[in-house]
Amino acid sequence: MMNLDKSKKYWNPYFGGVMLGLVLLAAIYTAGRGLGASGAVKSVLLTGMEAVAPSHVENTPFYKEYFASHSGNPMKSWLVFEMLGLVVGGFVSGAMAGRLKFKVEHSPKITSRKRIIFAVLGGIFFGLGSQLGRGCTSGAALSGMAVLSLGGFITMIFIFGTAFALAYFVRKLWI
Amino acid sequence: MGPLTVYEIISANTNLVLAFVIGIGFGFVLENSGFSSSRKLAGMFYGYDTTVLKVFFTAAITAMVGTLIFALLGWLDLSVIYINPTYLWSAILGGAVMGAGFILGGFCPGTAFCALSIGKLDALAFIGGLFIGVFLFTEAYPVFEGIYKAEFMGAPFVYDALGMSRGVFAAILIIAAFGMFWLGEWSERKFPRDEY
Repeated sequence: MMNLDKSKKYWNPYFGGVMLGLVLLAAIYTAGRGLGASGAVKSVLLTGMEAVAPSHVENTPFYKEYFASHSGNPMKSWLVFEMLGLVVGGFVSGAMAGRLKFKVEHSPKITSRKRIIFAVLGGIFFGLGSQLGRGCTSGAALSGMAVLSLGGFITMIFIFGTAFALAYFVRKLWI
Repeated sequence: MGPLTVYEIISANTNLVLAFVIGIGFGFVLENSGFSSSRKLAGMFYGYDTTVLKVFFTAAITAMVGTLIFALLGWLDLSVIYINPTYLWSAILGGAVMGAGFILGGFCPGTAFCALSIGKLDALAFIGGLFIGVFLFTEAYPVFEGIYKAEFMGAPFVYDALGMSRGVFAAILIIAAFGMFWLGEWSERKFPRDEY
């Protein structure tokens, strides 16, 4: 029962949705673009690679194309600043609700170790897919839908469609 | 007239400060909606918790309607808003690969950073995976390049592709969203689970 009460402390999802929509609207109104997340991972990776292996970066086709179309420091980008803010905002919300705690969240049917392995695997798929799809759930799907982009709708349908299609086969991870 | 940065009402640096502030709002809303829990996110795909569906579609239609109202009031120039280009095959394949990542990992990139901010270590593992995944793409780019750039369609609107007006499509989307909300509520009653 205690756990049930805890989950009730979350916002009503429709209220949360309206608030998220207003945050997205603020991004569109001020920056002329939607929210995103995977682009910030790419910026950090690019910066790290440049520092560690500059000659490799110079000779890799993807980085060459990236730098030809993006000038300046990849860390000084809208998405990097937005994602730094996201971590602060998430922390503040978690602190206010008493949800700050180091833990590996997983179904009682699997071990923490198994959860971690599948989390890494899921991250690899998501990282690769977000590059192919030119954005993730926030950038391609949600923001794309809000501005009624065809690509946004297609990507959204395939993210959720594939997840639904595969859900049965990995149900032990979750239920 | 917005977008403020495009019309140079605010500077590029102010825009970055606002990005940080907007990010705080983004993270605050995600966490308060329960998106920092992978089991809550995955619940969407088993019907026991459809928070993702409700928040996602409510947000999309709120921002869509807001954008249309701002445009009607003359506050926002829709013609200069960034519309992501559509490359048909990579949009499909990328979406499918992300879907697999979602059900295996229980997060998407934004929600993983949100979960990490409150101490979820599985989110940290997912983010490690994200870096590996992006690295694999950049290193193996020549392998993906063909499909990555195939079937370029420009930056089309979904309503044009469907041959209807913006307003009619928006109305249909709102009705469809309410249909899905009803389905979500029904699903949560049919597949209840309260142990997490």
